[in-house]
Amino acid sequence: MSDTALEATGLGKRFGRRGGWALRDAAFRLPAGRVCALVGPNGAGKSTLLALAAGLLPPTEGRLTVLGGTPAGARARVGFVAQDKPLYPQLTVAETLRMGADLNPERWDAATAEQVVAGGDLDPRSRIRSLSGGQRTRVALALALGKRPELLLLDEPMADLDPLARHELMGTLMAEAAQYGTTIVMSSHVVAELEDSCDHLLLAGSGRIRLAGEIDDLLAAHLRVSGAAESTDLSAHTVVESRVTGRQLTALIRPAGPLPGDLRTSVPSLEELVLAHLRNPGAPALSAAPAVTQGSAA
Amino acid sequence: MVEFRIDRHSGVATYVQIVQQTKQALRLGLLQPGDRLPTAREVVEATAINPNTVLKAYRELEREGLVEARRGLGTFVRRSLGAAPADSPLRAELEEWAAKAVDAGLDRDDVAALFTAVLDKHFQGEGS
Repeated sequence: MSDTALEATGLGKRFGRRGGWALRDAAFRLPAGRVCALVGPNGAGKSTLLALAAGLLPPTEGRLTVLGGTPAGARARVGFVAQDKPLYPQLTVAETLRMGADLNPERWDAATAEQVVAGGDLDPRSRIRSLSGGQRTRVALALALGKRPELLLLDEPMADLDPLARHELMGTLMAEAAQYGTTIVMSSHVVAELEDSCDHLLLAGSGRIRLAGEIDDLLAAHLRVSGAAESTDLSAHTVVESRVTGRQLTALIRPAGPLPGDLRTSVPSLEELVLAHLRNPGAPALSAAPAVTQGSAA
Repeated sequence: MVEFRIDRHSGVATYVQIVQQTKQALRLGLLQPGDRLPTAREVVEATAINPNTVLKAYRELEREGLVEARRGLGTFVRRSLGAAPADSPLRAELEEWAAKAVDAGLDRDDVAALFTAVLDKHFQGEGS
């Protein structure tokens, strides 16, 4: 089993020969066993990246390895729930699960799939077309989890769910990760929704990967500082964002060495970090993942 | 068995909340030597937090010698904390004292201030 779930180098996708780039120059590594938040505004390239990882789209340039091989080769070990939760509308819930079992004969986990469906008070005899958006999400997640994937790709999985179902299904996903070491990548444009559940971050913005790495490492690489506007010189450091209000300067920086002593500093929250990078598309990208591909992390 | 309550807005790191709540349960005798802590799976299924956060908290408790991980079995309490289980006579006396304070017309802040002052006097030099 590969210790890397996803690895991209120079990855790009353009739709049509003259179309714009949905994703460009993406380079990152996601170690196996992580729960990764794929965050960014609409149109940032999140869905494109997930579809590339699921092997549903070919890259225009660059390379993406999935579980150590090609996206197409890894498909049997990957679960993917697209944003529109594609299911067969004429099938019933029970028939949909039976289809999952038939399509994944070696790996199907009927107990998990049925438990996810049962949590929603769904009648197994109802047809998919009669279900609400949230109920369809539940069936789609049941199908993906029943496959017992090594890598689970979820595009906006929580968008249709009420807060109770969201908490319950997030708990189910975390339990899956705890028990089987499943790597999970889930996209959202709401950071707060994913903050407690994820330990890894991919931040997409305007078709680029702006931040990639362990959330703890990314937070540790940044500082929020404030001081007197007149006397503060931050030119030695990477400034992601800075603002002057009256005589006070506040900034989010990546320190590159010792800071002037008269600055007040604090560790940013994940949301502050993400928003500062999205507001300032010119700020340099940061990939905090260890450069080593081989070898185990202690 | 303890159940962890995660407060997202407390400003306290999630793994620290688990460490603190475990210690609190040890102090109150709700967890005793030999008891098993919930597995990472049980905790994350109920709280939807990241499994590594639970493991980090358990490693911290292990480092402090309070629990030990037994391979394939789970994480078990090694020793208790403090000498004031929930049913100790000291607690009963404190209950009695608190009831007197209420009768005397003290409000919660008054009582807390008084209690802290006495704590400070008797435990000088120990961090809170």
